[in-house]
Amino acid sequence: MSELNITIILSTPRSIRFLLIAVFAFMATTTIPKLALAADEYRTVSVADPYLEMHTGPGRGYPRFHVVDRGNSVEILKRRTDWFLVRTEKGKEGWVSKEQMELTLQRDGSQISFGHANLEDFTNSKWETGLLAGDFGGANIISAYGGYSLNPHVAVEVWGSQILGNFSNGWMASVNVVHETWPDWRISPFITLGAGVIHTEPKSTIVQGEDRTDQVAHAGAGFRVYATRRFILRAEFKSYVVFTSRDENEEVEEWKVGFAFFF
Amino acid sequence: MESRFRVLFLALPIVLFGATGCAATKNLFGWGDKSAPPPTEVTDEQVVDPEVERREVKEPEIDTEDFEISAFAGIMSIEDFGSDAVYGVRLAYHVTEGFFVEGAVGLTTAGLTSFEILSGGAPILSDSERDLTYYSLNVGYNILPGEAFIGQARAYNTGLYLTAGLGSTEFAGDDRFSVNFGAGYRFVLTDSIAIHLNFRDHLYDIDVLGEEKTVHNLEGTLGLSVFF
Repeated sequence: MSELNITIILSTPRSIRFLLIAVFAFMATTTIPKLALAADEYRTVSVADPYLEMHTGPGRGYPRFHVVDRGNSVEILKRRTDWFLVRTEKGKEGWVSKEQMELTLQRDGSQISFGHANLEDFTNSKWETGLLAGDFGGANIISAYGGYSLNPHVAVEVWGSQILGNFSNGWMASVNVVHETWPDWRISPFITLGAGVIHTEPKSTIVQGEDRTDQVAHAGAGFRVYATRRFILRAEFKSYVVFTSRDENEEVEEWKVGFAFFF
Repeated sequence: MESRFRVLFLALPIVLFGATGCAATKNLFGWGDKSAPPPTEVTDEQVVDPEVERREVKEPEIDTEDFEISAFAGIMSIEDFGSDAVYGVRLAYHVTEGFFVEGAVGLTTAGLTSFEILSGGAPILSDSERDLTYYSLNVGYNILPGEAFIGQARAYNTGLYLTAGLGSTEFAGDDRFSVNFGAGYRFVLTDSIAIHLNFRDHLYDIDVLGEEKTVHNLEGTLGLSVFF
């Protein structure tokens, strides 16, 4: 097998940069309507435990500065991770842990339960997106992907990668099918098969070499591990065949680890 | 070598179908019957309503603010090329009260090396090659949450956090794999707005000045963030 000097790197950054800026700008605009949330949209719950402890900040270490007695009600203003900002009838605001909030009652007397992703959602979620990084035939690779599950066993994924090597840079785009035999396991192994295109160009300090765009096919295997909330850890190995215009095809092995979210 | 691959590609679908067993493959791709036919037996018995209805509060009903977007500006030193203003944006997602993940983009411009200044000769880089753009994907941990007091009546939540990550830096005509690590201080002004003071070291390998070496680019920035 010929040594691969795929190394890649990149000429796409400018477009990636603008894309990122556009995404940030979009996210910024979506926050504005939330700032104008009307007061009557807040939920009111009454305290069923002997008392509700209010902390000065959304974290275990922040001191309790106020307690609300049983029978009194509080408004839920917002949530951050597993903490809720609440306001008492007298206007005091403080942070309450999720464990305590689940012991409050709604106005109609029913118990409250806050939506929280769990292992079952991990198995049945439709959409997933994540970032991985690792080694691609000796070069560094940074990848982002989005996936859609046709059913708990089979998903389709689209990947975009930036490859950064010592002698060349590049990018790769691919589509693949993922199969999970035991999707309900917390550590769920998968196998994958896919195809795409790879573009490589030599670094500016290298005199020889020319830009190339080739087709690739790959097969691989890996693990998805449910971490917490909507968080997944993912590790995978893929073996690529690059269909070059020369006599011999190139083979590249890739190892990556990273994290992902499902929703 | 190619035949090995051919075998691998052929073997995978076989494994894929075989691993789930013949019965499971019928639904493998979402084809075929999704479930058993519903029971046809109808009973007159009234289904008993549970006394306590545990109602699920759906996410949109409570404003969840786990994302934080910030704009920052400061000074970044590019090894051998002096220091200049840097500015950029960051987007963080708070996974738990301790951990967050973050993406950042920053822009700065390199100055002249001391050799270029002293010799007065031809510049090593063109103007466009002096623009430095980086993006990084980081993990952060709030290691020292706390409070700060201003005068007797005001208390603000603060936090010291550590970050580490990787990304790419476009500089001197090429993209370079980069790693970064640093620390930041978050000063929470209101429940939704915070000020960040950040120090980071961006490392990458570069051979523009003759030999390949790992450079440290120190960055100090001040930013304003909004939770949403």
